[in-house]
Amino acid sequence: MSIEQVDRLVDVAALERLRQSIIEKRNPFQLRLRICNGTGCLASGADEVTAAFEAELTRRGLSAEINLVKSGCHGFCEKGPLVVVEPQETFYQRVKPEHVPAIVAATLDGKIVEELLYVDPATGERILHEQEVPFYRGQTRLVFGSNGTIDPTQIEDYIAIGGYSALAKALTQMSTAEIIDEVKRSGLRGRGGGGFPTGVKWESCRRADGDIKYVVCNADEGDPGAYMDRSLLEGTPHAVLEGMIIGAHAIGAHEGYIYVRNEYPLAVSNARRAIEQAMAYGLLGKDILGSGFDFKVSINRGGGAFVCGESSALMASLEGQVGEPRAKYVHTVEKGLWDRPTCLNNVETWANVPLIINRGADWYNQIGTEKSKGTKIFSLVGKVNNTGLVEVPMGIPLRDIIFDIGGGILDGKKFKAVQTGGPSGGFIPESLLHLPVDFDRLTEAGSMMGSGAMIVMDEGTCMVNMAKFFIDFLEEESCGKCVPCREGIDRMGEVLERITTGKGRMEDLELLEALADTLRLGSLCALGSTAANPVLTSLRYFRDEYIAHVVDKKCPAGECQALIQYSIISEKCTGCMVCVRECPSHAVTGKRREPAVIDLAVCSKCGVCYDVCRFDAVKRA
Amino acid sequence: MKSVTVWVDGNTSVEVIEPKDSRAVHLTVDGKLIRTTPGKSLLEAVWNRPGIGNIPALCYHPIVQSYGACRLCTVEVEEQGRTRFVASCLYPAKEGLVVRTDTDRVRQLRKGVLELLLARCPEVKVIQDLAIEYGIEKPRFALGVQDCILCGLCVRTCRENIGRSAISLVNRGIFREVAAPFYAYELGDGCVGCGDCVYVCPTGALKLGPDGKPVLPKVHIPRPAAEGLLR
Amino acid sequence: MAAEMDSEKVQGILERHSERVNAIIDGYEGRKDLMISLLQDVQAEFNYVPRDAMVQISQRLDVPLSQVFSIATFFKAFNLTPRGRHLITVCDGTACHVRGGLRLIDKLDRDLGLTPGGTTEDGRFTLETVRCLGACALGPLMVIDGKYHGQMSSNKLDRTLRSYT
Ligand SMILES: Cc1cc2nc3c(=O)[nH]c(=O)nc-3n(C[C@H](O)[C@H](O)[C@H](O)COP(=O)(O)O)c2cc1C
Ligand code: SF4
Ligand code: FES
Ligand code: FES
Repeated sequence: MSIEQVDRLVDVAALERLRQSIIEKRNPFQLRLRICNGTGCLASGADEVTAAFEAELTRRGLSAEINLVKSGCHGFCEKGPLVVVEPQETFYQRVKPEHVPAIVAATLDGKIVEELLYVDPATGERILHEQEVPFYRGQTRLVFGSNGTIDPTQIEDYIAIGGYSALAKALTQMSTAEIIDEVKRSGLRGRGGGGFPTGVKWESCRRADGDIKYVVCNADEGDPGAYMDRSLLEGTPHAVLEGMIIGAHAIGAHEGYIYVRNEYPLAVSNARRAIEQAMAYGLLGKDILGSGFDFKVSINRGGGAFVCGESSALMASLEGQVGEPRAKYVHTVEKGLWDRPTCLNNVETWANVPLIINRGADWYNQIGTEKSKGTKIFSLVGKVNNTGLVEVPMGIPLRDIIFDIGGGILDGKKFKAVQTGGPSGGFIPESLLHLPVDFDRLTEAGSMMGSGAMIVMDEGTCMVNMAKFFIDFLEEESCGKCVPCREGIDRMGEVLERITTGKGRMEDLELLEALADTLRLGSLCALGSTAANPVLTSLRYFRDEYIAHVVDKKCPAGECQALIQYSIISEKCTGCMVCVRECPSHAVTGKRREPAVIDLAVCSKCGVCYDVCRFDAVKRA
Repeated sequence: MKSVTVWVDGNTSVEVIEPKDSRAVHLTVDGKLIRTTPGKSLLEAVWNRPGIGNIPALCYHPIVQSYGACRLCTVEVEEQGRTRFVASCLYPAKEGLVVRTDTDRVRQLRKGVLELLLARCPEVKVIQDLAIEYGIEKPRFALGVQDCILCGLCVRTCRENIGRSAISLVNRGIFREVAAPFYAYELGDGCVGCGDCVYVCPTGALKLGPDGKPVLPKVHIPRPAAEGLLR
Repeated sequence: MAAEMDSEKVQGILERHSERVNAIIDGYEGRKDLMISLLQDVQAEFNYVPRDAMVQISQRLDVPLSQVFSIATFFKAFNLTPRGRHLITVCDGTACHVRGGLRLIDKLDRDLGLTPGGTTEDGRFTLETVRCLGACALGPLMVIDGKYHGQMSSNKLDRTLRSYT
């Protein structure tokens, strides 16, 4: 169905009729090949795989027998490109174009291409279905559930799985007060980082004075390491839209914006297409589903500034100005975009709304802990075996996520820390891995839930260096308006540079803490006031590493270039000469079949020899 | 109608009879009740009242809108039993607010900010004086060579009062600077040579050039990509 | 370089430039609030934001030039000078960093003399770093002209670059 031809849905009954007709037209025994076309799988060549399938089906004249579906991200991007065969739900991973003929042939014969199945590293067994893979087994996929199963560019796919029924319910069976009450009772808290109760925010915005109000979807996702908002907007854009329409209706807003990073081209185009399709069906625009409610949404692309994820900076940038935050002594729900009441929520927050309306607050608030309800999507990345997007119920211990879902640490190394909350969050050490995923508990530990990045670090990660990494990030990303943040972060960087190059003094540790106080209490916005968290938590949990850098002038993890030396372990060196050839500084010399030698005076400590050696003969210490 | 005793400045108090429909706002600043009009910020409420409150402010000027960049005006406010730090140049005066402008915690915070400012601008007299007042001998950081604290007063007055916007704050973060378009040092037609920017500059970083237009501080070009613009 | 070209030719190029910029501005119906999107489209068209385009935008939207310049220098997405034929973006987000993103940058510097923000002398590549491209599971990640290359290693880098001339 192309967009131009569809009939506007004049009321809820028309939506239900459409849903029935879509479902009836679908044959449940139809062979379908679902190819993940999320950004992760595309990066691993999903576009070539898709093209190969199309060519193969055309070649064999099977285009009618087998449907191809380009789905959104399944979350297990590392194993991409992923392909799922329906109706059997056979799950293939790391599919390459050359595998395509075999998959098509096997599918027709009802057979399975064994070597493309996922192998459980623990048991060595091949696994047939996605849900049985350990990575997925521990997850509870409510918000992210349909992401990998439907074609995000087809609104009919979303409608077929019950899409827009929450909107229909909200428009016809609930008063706006009831909607807000339902969201309040659900206990939903903002997924963008702060964890502010969503229903309360909606209510304040509804009560705020003003005829014109706005709702905004924050898809700026600047947290390095986080990409669930991207995947949601790419894979289930209609769920986000549906949430926004319900919210706008409850608040009394008739205009909405999606502010999305320009680095997310697929999210931009899928969201844009979703808006067009929803407009065509009358699910957006004038008189939505015959209810008399009007609402339109436009997309605004960000310009690449982390600070624009902050609500007031985001709004400044929506107004076409520099993304500078302003003091929020008057809240944005009262005076936001163009000084009008504005309700800003995160992508994932919006995507939770249809679920709550459909299944009810009482169902939703059964999931999670006392003060953190529902599920949270994390991007589990770093030195962990299974990386990807995981959706878990609140309250699950961090350890379960990292070791059960994540399958433990890469290369059998030892766990050191997990970083949550991105640059505003902190490091959590092994001794606190029992902590549950819960807004308040993570904050107590000095970190925070944040938007959902979960970066795992192993024994080879230097915590001082890592703290410096975040400070460097923030130094580039601070807007530069207020003194504590602009100057303070820069000076933290100066002190950390001193420490990581072996010029640190013990007083520097106190200086870092003093700077942290100035940042926390003096900054204008939360970028500055939380900027010290990575430094503070690393000082709190890994102080001995700082002391090793300062007192012993050693980097225990072997990451700080100035404090390490490379040498050749002559017993292990086979004299293969690879390091001699690769060393850019010509610091390694040697003859064939004789141990090489590194001239420390010339060595630039780039680590190339360490990387290229196949015999573990280069020592870094 | 109700009668209250309010302080006009540090030494003078008067008794006022508030009419029933009075919109006046009363707040306690360092123990003294003062009376102001709604819509003012805390800093504006104590501005020109010698002896009430001790609030240093570098990015505030009555002729432009408050901006909240220097953070020196930070004070403690107590509202509904909660105490927090706010920038007084932006925080709206509210009825019954208790404001403390000179507590140890406030002084500590200002000291931290001043140390950062002094490290950036070691030669600037106002900062040196404030640093002495707050007990800073020498910043614990490498010293910078700037005079500009990026308070944005020049930019704001050019935009708000002169209506020219000949200069603006460019780049972000530590690379932020006051500059004319394309990092030009010589101001073109955009500038009418009114000299307002030089007048409001708190540190003397902007000086008047021979043509009556300001001489802008030298810009640090942040990334190689910008270099071509200077040619 | 431009000085050596004959001036008529330069004039011609400039005019065509300004037509293209005008066409982009027309698409925005004078909406100042969409300034960032507008600049993004200009950059997509020219590979960078030319100086004259900023002047043109300022005049047509009646926004002070200094403000356009502030925006163009505030957001990392905008380049003020032309870039190489191919744009390499290396992710230095946390996840890629942990998995060795910096090594790729070092290698590009060693092999091509390419530093972040810079362009090779032959105008073949421009290098940019970005803090997270949102495909962290595939770190270290690199994007060349919009195409993602995941799990990059030194060797794979050599192979990949060869196909971009
Ligand atoms: C520096 C900074 C960056 C932020 N980045 C994001 C972001 O990328 N995405 C997001 O949803 N919220 C971000 N936030 C939080 C937002 O300011 C805001 O609290 C949130 O979007 C509100 O939505 P929620 O209540 O649904 O979480 C950021 C905050 C700060 C201070
Ligand atoms: S805290 Fe940092 S990002 Fe926020 S306003 Fe101040 S300088 Fe800008
Ligand atoms: S993009 Fe395919 S699994 Fe994430
Ligand atoms: S005077 Fe208030 S922040 Fe500078």
